[in-house]
Amino acid sequence: MVGKSEPLNGTATAKTGQSPSPSPPPATPMSDLLGNFSFKTLKLKTKQQELLIRVSILCLVYVLAFITRLFSVLRYESMIHEFDPYFNYRTTLYLTEKGFYEFWNWFDSESWYPLGRIIGGTLYPGLMVTAAIIYWALRFLSFAVHIREVCVLTAPFFASNTTIVAYFFGKEIWDTGAGLVAAALIAICPGYISRSVAGSYDNEGVAIFALLLTFYLFVKAVNTGSLAWALGSALGYFYMVSAWGGYIFIINLIPLYVLVLLITGRYSMRLYVAYNCTYILGMLLAMQIRFVGFQHVQSGEHMAAMGVFFLMQVFYFLDYVKHLLSDSKMFQAFLRITVTCAVAVGGVALGVGTASGYISPWTGRFYSLLDPTYAKDHIPIIASVSEHQPTAWSSFMFDFHILLFLFPAGLYFCFKRLSDATIFIVMYGLTSMYFAGVMVRLILVATPAVCLISAIAVSATIKNLTQLARAKDKVSQTGSAKGASSTKGSSKGSIDQSQPFQRNGAFALLFGAFYLLSKYATHCTWVTSEAYSSPSIVLAARGAHGNRVIFDDYREAYFWLRQNTPPDAKVMSWWDYGYQITAMGNRTVIVDNNTWNNTHIATVGRAMSSYEDEAYDIMRSLDVDYVLVVFGGVTGYSSDDINKFLWMVRIGGGVFPVIKEPDYLVNGEYRVDKGAAPKMLNCLMYKLSYYRFGEMTTEYGKPPGYDRARGVEIGNKDIKLEYLEEAFTTSNWIVRIYKVKPPNNRW
Amino acid sequence: MSKLVGVLAFLTLTLPFLAHSFSPDHPTDRRVLVLLDDLAVKSSHSLFFKSLQSRGFELDFKLADDPKISLQRYGLYSYDALILFSPSVDRFGGSIDLAAILDFVDSGHDLIIAADTHASDLIRQIAVECGVDFDEDPAAMVIDHTSYAVSDTEGDHTVIASDDFIKSDVILGSEKIEAPVLFQGIGHTVNSENSLVLKVLSASPSAYSSNPKSKLSNPPSLTGSAISLVSVVQARNNARVLISGSLSLFSDRFFRSKMQKAGSSKKHEKSANEQFLTELSKWVFHERGHLKAVNVKHQRVGEADEPAIYRINDDLEYSVEIYEWRGQRWEPYVADDLQVQFYMMSPYVLKTLSTDQKGRYFTEFRVPDVYGVFQFKVEYKRLGYTSLSLSKQIPVRPFRHNEYERFIPAAYPYYGAAFSMMTGFFVFTAVHLYNK
Repeated sequence: MVGKSEPLNGTATAKTGQSPSPSPPPATPMSDLLGNFSFKTLKLKTKQQELLIRVSILCLVYVLAFITRLFSVLRYESMIHEFDPYFNYRTTLYLTEKGFYEFWNWFDSESWYPLGRIIGGTLYPGLMVTAAIIYWALRFLSFAVHIREVCVLTAPFFASNTTIVAYFFGKEIWDTGAGLVAAALIAICPGYISRSVAGSYDNEGVAIFALLLTFYLFVKAVNTGSLAWALGSALGYFYMVSAWGGYIFIINLIPLYVLVLLITGRYSMRLYVAYNCTYILGMLLAMQIRFVGFQHVQSGEHMAAMGVFFLMQVFYFLDYVKHLLSDSKMFQAFLRITVTCAVAVGGVALGVGTASGYISPWTGRFYSLLDPTYAKDHIPIIASVSEHQPTAWSSFMFDFHILLFLFPAGLYFCFKRLSDATIFIVMYGLTSMYFAGVMVRLILVATPAVCLISAIAVSATIKNLTQLARAKDKVSQTGSAKGASSTKGSSKGSIDQSQPFQRNGAFALLFGAFYLLSKYATHCTWVTSEAYSSPSIVLAARGAHGNRVIFDDYREAYFWLRQNTPPDAKVMSWWDYGYQITAMGNRTVIVDNNTWNNTHIATVGRAMSSYEDEAYDIMRSLDVDYVLVVFGGVTGYSSDDINKFLWMVRIGGGVFPVIKEPDYLVNGEYRVDKGAAPKMLNCLMYKLSYYRFGEMTTEYGKPPGYDRARGVEIGNKDIKLEYLEEAFTTSNWIVRIYKVKPPNNRW
Repeated sequence: MSKLVGVLAFLTLTLPFLAHSFSPDHPTDRRVLVLLDDLAVKSSHSLFFKSLQSRGFELDFKLADDPKISLQRYGLYSYDALILFSPSVDRFGGSIDLAAILDFVDSGHDLIIAADTHASDLIRQIAVECGVDFDEDPAAMVIDHTSYAVSDTEGDHTVIASDDFIKSDVILGSEKIEAPVLFQGIGHTVNSENSLVLKVLSASPSAYSSNPKSKLSNPPSLTGSAISLVSVVQARNNARVLISGSLSLFSDRFFRSKMQKAGSSKKHEKSANEQFLTELSKWVFHERGHLKAVNVKHQRVGEADEPAIYRINDDLEYSVEIYEWRGQRWEPYVADDLQVQFYMMSPYVLKTLSTDQKGRYFTEFRVPDVYGVFQFKVEYKRLGYTSLSLSKQIPVRPFRHNEYERFIPAAYPYYGAAFSMMTGFFVFTAVHLYNK
C-alpha cells in the first residue's frame, strides 16, 4: 500500500508537467508528439493523446483516493468509527428498514430521556439518504451488500468523486494541468483524509464533495453567465444543505465574493444571472430540509446573502438608469441618492427584523468562529469539544505539509492573473484558512482551497520550468514565462549567454519540485496509515515486545449492555458516548452527542460532580438504571472521563451554580492524587472511576492504585459505594458500568 | 434413580404445601417460623399462637439456637413469616443471622420481633435496621407513674396501661379498642430519618424509660410520648415488620388479666392485648390492608388496543382495577382519592380517577402538547395500606408531516397572493415577449 501510492502520485504530478512539454532526449513517440507541438497539422492527434493521458491520470487518481482510505479496514476491520458516525449509521439503518417517511417523521424515544428527540427534524439527511440510495441501487443490481459496508465505504467513494470535481474546478480557474495536480493533491491530502477514511461515516465525507461541487458550478456559472450552470450550482447547494451544517460557509462566502466583485467594478450580467439564480433557487430548495426550514429568511447568519441579493437588484437598476440617462452628472447624483437610500432601507429592515425577533441573532457557534475566545467564555459545551479548539501550528504542518508553502506561492500566481475565477479561489482560500486557524475541524473546509491554490503554484511553476528546460532554440519563450520567480530574475538579464546554466537550473528546480511532491506523497501515506485510520472505538497500542495490543473494551461494554440489561434500561454517561450506547448497546441514554439541550447535559454534569447521595437524587429523578464511565488508569488511555471531568464541572456549573470549579482544584491545579481537593476525591465521577482501583497494581515497581493515564498514585484508595454497585468492568477497565440501586427497602 | 424418586416424592408431597404459600394472588402468609428462647414460651403465650393457628397459619416452633433451623432451602424460602420471641438470643442456630433475617424481609416476608429488657445485641441490631432504636440501658424499662395498671403485687409501675393507639382502622381493625393495652418491657424510639416506621402504640406523656431497681440519678434519656411501645414498619416491598419492646405483651397472663388503669375508675374484664395483637397480626400477616392493581390499561378514546406511542393532543382513556385482600378473597377497593399523573420529570396532567365502585378506576384526558417519554404514574400511599406505585412508560410523538392541516383559513390571503403573483408573472411575460 505504502509502496504503491507513492509512484502513483509521482507519475501523476510528473506527467502533469510533462504532457504539454517535451522531454530532453527526442526519441520516443512522446517526443514526437511534443516535437510536433507547434505544428498545426497534427494538433488533433496531440489533443487525443493528451486526453488519453489526462483521462488515465484522472482514473488513477480516482482509484488512489479510494484505496488510500482503506488503511483502516486493513488495519482493523470494516467498522464504523468514532462517535457521530454511529448515529448516522443507526439512522441509515432505520431509513433502509422503515422507508423515507418513517425516517422523516422519526421520533426517537431512546435518546435524551425523557425528552426524546425528533430525529427527522434535527438532522441533515443528505448522508443517510445518499448511503441508502447507494444501498438500494446495489440491491437492485443484485449485489447482496450489508448496509454497514455501504456506510463504511461512502466517505472514500465521495472522496474519489471530489478529486474529479477538483480537476474540473482547477481547469476552470487555471488550466487542465492545474486541475490534474489539484486532483492528485486532494486525493491524498491528510486534512481531507482525516474525515473521509473508510468507516468515518460522517456528514463531512459527503459535504466536502458537495461544497466543492457548488463552488465549481457557481464559478462556472459566473464565467459563462449560463442559467443552466447556476441551476446546477443551486442543486449542489441543496445537496450541501442536506448534508452538513457547514453550508453556512457557502451562503456567506458567495455573497462576500459577489460583494468584492461589485466593489472592484467587476459587475457583469453573468454575475447577475449566476448569483440571482443560485441564491433564489438554492434558498427555496434549502427550505425543503426540515432542520434548516425558514432560516434562510429568518436567521442572522443568512442575512448577508439576502442583502447582497438586493444590492444586485440596485446595481441592475442603476445600470438601467445609466442606460437611460445620458447626462453623467445627473447619474452621479442619482447614484448617490439611490445607494444611500438602499443602504438605509436595508439597515432599517435589518434593525427592525432583529429588534422584533423575526430575524434571530447569530448563534454561539457562529460567534465563536468570528471571535475565537467567545466559546471559552460563554459556551463551555462548544469549547469542551476537542475538535473545536484553535488549531496548533503543528497540525497545519501535519495536515498540509508542503501545501502550506505552496499556498502563498499559489496566491501569488492567482494575483498575477486575476479573473473572476481566481478572485473566487483566493477568497475561498483566505477565509477558509482563517476559519481553519479558529477551529481544528475546519481545516477540512480549507483543504480543497489549499489544494487548488497549491496546484496552481505547482502547475504554473513546473510548466514554466519545463518550458525553460526545452527552450534550447526558443529563447523568447523563457523571457515571457510568467511566474517562474526563481529563474526569472536571471533569465531576464542574460538570456543568450546563460542558457546552458539556465537549463541546468531548471532541471535542478524540477528535480526539487518532484522531490518535494514525492515527500508529500510519503508524508500523506504515513499520516493516513498511522494517525487517521484509527477507529477510536477500538484502541491499539504497542506491547512491551513491539507487538500490537488491541483494546476492544468499548464494544465489550456495549454488548454487555445489550445482552444483560432490561430493554428499557436508562444509561447515564457523559454525552460523548451517547450515540455509541444507543447504536451498539441499544439502550436509552440521558444525553448524547447531539448537544441540543444544555440544561440536560448540565444535569448529568452536576450528577457526576456531586457527592454520591446528591447524585443519587438526580439519577432517581431521571430514572437512571446504569451509569457508564470511561476510565484509562489501567491502560494509560488519556481521553477518559477523569480528564474530561473539568468540563463536566464547568458545564454543570454553568447552569447549576452550586457546582463550583475551584472546589475541584487545588491552587488552580487539577489533581487526583493525595493532594487533590476533598470534593474531587469524593465526587461521583472519582468514585466510579477509581472504585476498587486502590487494590490493583498497574505497573511493576509502583504502589497499588497507580494511575497510568495521569502517572500518579490515586488519593482515595478506599472507596465505598452506597447507592450504586459495580455491574460490569471491561477486561482492560476502560469502560466501567454501575447499577443504580433501588431505594433502601426499609428506610 | 432412587434420588430421582426421592425428589419426585418430595415434590409430590410438598406441592400442595407450596401451592398454599404466599403468592401475589394470595398474599396472606401461611407458614410461620417461630423462634423461641425457651419452649415454655409456647405454652405461656399459647393464646396468641392459637389465634394464629385458628386463622390457618402453620406455626413451626423452634428454639432460636437450634442448629438445624434455616429460612431457605435450595434458594427458596421455606417460610412466609418469622416470629422472633427470643429476646435474649445472642446468636441464632443454623444459617440464620442478621443478614439472613434482613434478606428475608427484603424479599417480601413479614417479621414480628418481641424484645424485652436485657434484649440481646442481635435483636437490637435487627430493630435498628428496621428503624427502631431500643433504650441503650439494657436494664431499662418503661415506667409510668400515672397510667400504670393497678396491681396488688407490683408497685414499681412497670406494667403500664397504654391506650395511645395509632388512628388507623386498617392497622387495628374497625372495631374500637375499649380497654388499654398492658405492656411491660423496654421502650424504643423510631428513627426520625426513617419514613416507613410507624408508632402503633405510644407511651403516655408521663412515661419514661429507666432501670426501676436503681435510683434515678440522671434525667432519663427517653421520656414521654416519644417512647414507642409497639411500632410497625411497612417496607418498600410491602413486607411488614412488627417490633414490640415487650414479650409479655403477647403472653396469656396479659391476655387474660383483669385490669384497671390508674386514675380511672373503670375496671375492665380483660385487657385489650388480645384484640390489639390479633388485629395487628392480621395486618402484619397481610390479612388486611393489602391492595393490588390489575388490568392497567390505556388507549385512545374509542380504541380497544393499547398503542405503542401516542401523539400530542391525543385523547386517551386510562383505567386500572384495584382490589383489596380481605383474608379470604379479593374485594373491590373503593376510594375517591386515587390519582393518575401523566409524568415527564414533573406531572403534566394530574387527574383524580372516577370509580364504578366495583374496583375499576378510570379517567379520560388529553395528552399535553409536549412530546417526550411520559409515564402513567399512580402513586397511592395510604396509612396501613400497601403502597401502590404503578408506572407505565409511553412515548409521545409530535405530528407527522401529513397530520397538519392542509389549508389554514388564516393563510388564504397568502395563498391568494402567491397564485396571483404567479398568474401576474405569466401574463407579464407573455405580454412583454409577444407585444412588441
